[in-house]
Amino acid sequence: MSVRRLAPAAQQPASFTFADDSRAKAQWWLTKYPEARRASAVIPILWLVQKQEGWLSKPAIEAVAEMLGMPQIRVLEIATFYTMFNLEPVGKYLLQLCGTTPCMLRGAEDLKTICKHMIGPKGATSADGNFTWIEVECLGACVNAPMIQINDYFYEDLSPEILEDILKRLAAGETVPPGNFVRRDTSAPEGHALTLIDERLYDGSRGGPITLPNAPEKLPANADGGNG
Amino acid sequence: MLADKDRIFTNLYGRRDWRLAAARQRGAWNATPDMIALGRDWVIQQVKDSGLRGRGGAGFPTGLKWTFMPKEVKDRPHYLVVNADESEPGTCKDRDIIRHDPHLLLEGCVIAAFAMQAHACYIYLRGEYIFEREVLEEAVREAYEARLLGKGNVHGWDMDIYVHHGAGAYICGEETALLESLEGKKGQPRLKPPFPANAGLYGCPTTVNNVESIAVVGEILRRGAKWFAGIGRPKNEGTKIFCISGHVNRPCNVEEAMGIPLRELIEEHCGGVRGGWDNLKAVIPGGSSVPLLPKSICDNVLMDFDALREHKSGLGTAAVIVMDQSTDVVRAIARISYFYKHESCGQCTPCREGTGWMWRVMERMAKGEAEMREIDLLLDVASQVEGHTICALGDAAAWPIQGLIRHFRHEIEERITRYRGGRPFVPGTYIAAE
Repeated sequence: MSVRRLAPAAQQPASFTFADDSRAKAQWWLTKYPEARRASAVIPILWLVQKQEGWLSKPAIEAVAEMLGMPQIRVLEIATFYTMFNLEPVGKYLLQLCGTTPCMLRGAEDLKTICKHMIGPKGATSADGNFTWIEVECLGACVNAPMIQINDYFYEDLSPEILEDILKRLAAGETVPPGNFVRRDTSAPEGHALTLIDERLYDGSRGGPITLPNAPEKLPANADGGNG
Repeated sequence: MLADKDRIFTNLYGRRDWRLAAARQRGAWNATPDMIALGRDWVIQQVKDSGLRGRGGAGFPTGLKWTFMPKEVKDRPHYLVVNADESEPGTCKDRDIIRHDPHLLLEGCVIAAFAMQAHACYIYLRGEYIFEREVLEEAVREAYEARLLGKGNVHGWDMDIYVHHGAGAYICGEETALLESLEGKKGQPRLKPPFPANAGLYGCPTTVNNVESIAVVGEILRRGAKWFAGIGRPKNEGTKIFCISGHVNRPCNVEEAMGIPLRELIEEHCGGVRGGWDNLKAVIPGGSSVPLLPKSICDNVLMDFDALREHKSGLGTAAVIVMDQSTDVVRAIARISYFYKHESCGQCTPCREGTGWMWRVMERMAKGEAEMREIDLLLDVASQVEGHTICALGDAAAWPIQGLIRHFRHEIEERITRYRGGRPFVPGTYIAAE
């Protein structure tokens, strides 16, 4: 298991307040669960807090506990258990480099070298405050390995040269659109398409009226389609 | 190769629009009210007849699972929960369904929820899939707007679908850990029984299904159980999305018939193994949890549940991780051991302590810095972790190591001998013994 602790007291801010936007979104999340189950919204709301502040501080965790009517320890547990919650401040761009076997086989180690060279040691924030890089476990984009999640989005099919270029552009204040960095459609194989090329799939014929196969001739007595 | 007309996920690669209008043109939501009108017994019988087995890894028959729910709704509401916490290393199929064909998933939710008399469905998406969540939320909004969902919808079955997300914990892919997480707790698996069908989400009857299992249901009912059952081999029917990663020329996701030969899958769809088939060393056929297979087995093995089980491996999530001769296979498995050490929830002692212990030994073995007797010791510890934990994460941590020792013991031994002989193994210079 991964052992995670809150940032030291010296790093903790004195207080936390929800921004109006975060508060409104938190209310929207709460509509998804039964009234007596407000705790269900704890992960999404902690995530909103992290989007607002960049990380989870102790006062923020306490504020979420109060909002949801949960004991503080229960929220602390969540914040330390789930690894997407940053327990200390990170750079403007958080690079989560996937290092699990499928990415490792396709060169994640070389990407780590670039990160060490251009940003610094794993987990540290660069001197200009722009970048933090960490190694994470499988991010679920294995056919597009190696890949990095930069803040919210996936940058896939990388090479050391491409990553170097992305980092330089981000450092210069440019925006770099996420996605594939080789010529292919998302998870399709590179080069010409072998599958999903039959135009009849897309001519609308599949959306036309159909009769269901195997339908009984007469509705069974216990067929109670509808809310009855 | 499976014909295009038999593919369910016609927008797997996102070359077309995922939105409602375009998805309907491709057949999504077509005739769903008619299905509901035929009653839940008909729906469940069709799914049973199709032979659909759960696509999340365990391969349990989906139709049968649905029948475990109470026959009548009493004081507790029923829930459908869709497991979209896709985190098994090598697996990235649900992601494509969600971002490119979300409406197939949503129609499947309505049909499955109706079959189990649930009016509410939660889709638990892994936290890292932020783009996918944005797409899915928008698709849900479209479906409400078109009165496919909500109260008084066109199906005559009131239905609410809620998108929920996690925050980076592999263990939440285990169904009871997922329910704990959805209730706002740490994702620590529950003891079974009681099974979720009796006491699941909020203590109510709940069924948890994988995204792919749910998303294929609409098309099965539209085309008929016979069509689906006619693909693949007996007891291993239908189509399946395979994710092929690692040392192939063109890694990709592709929907194929169950039981396709592994070699055909790799050579037809992925442009072959890097450096040719003879350059193949090993394949992990079903996500990191299943034992790897050496080339000699890969030559002929079929990709389905039973064929892979015969070779003491498994289809799992059908995530095929290919390793060519340049691979340091001991290090590759050591990295998987680290994964399980990192993701153990810490609840059961054999797993919490065992995964860390096994990883540390694997790291030493990757260098050769170990004793010969430790290979058997490692096997022994792995077998003591396996089957002695609440959930299957302990098993999943043990199997890759058992597979490695079963097929590549000679490589570990040679490495230890080299180290003890003062010629330690240097990564990248190794030439395999065979």
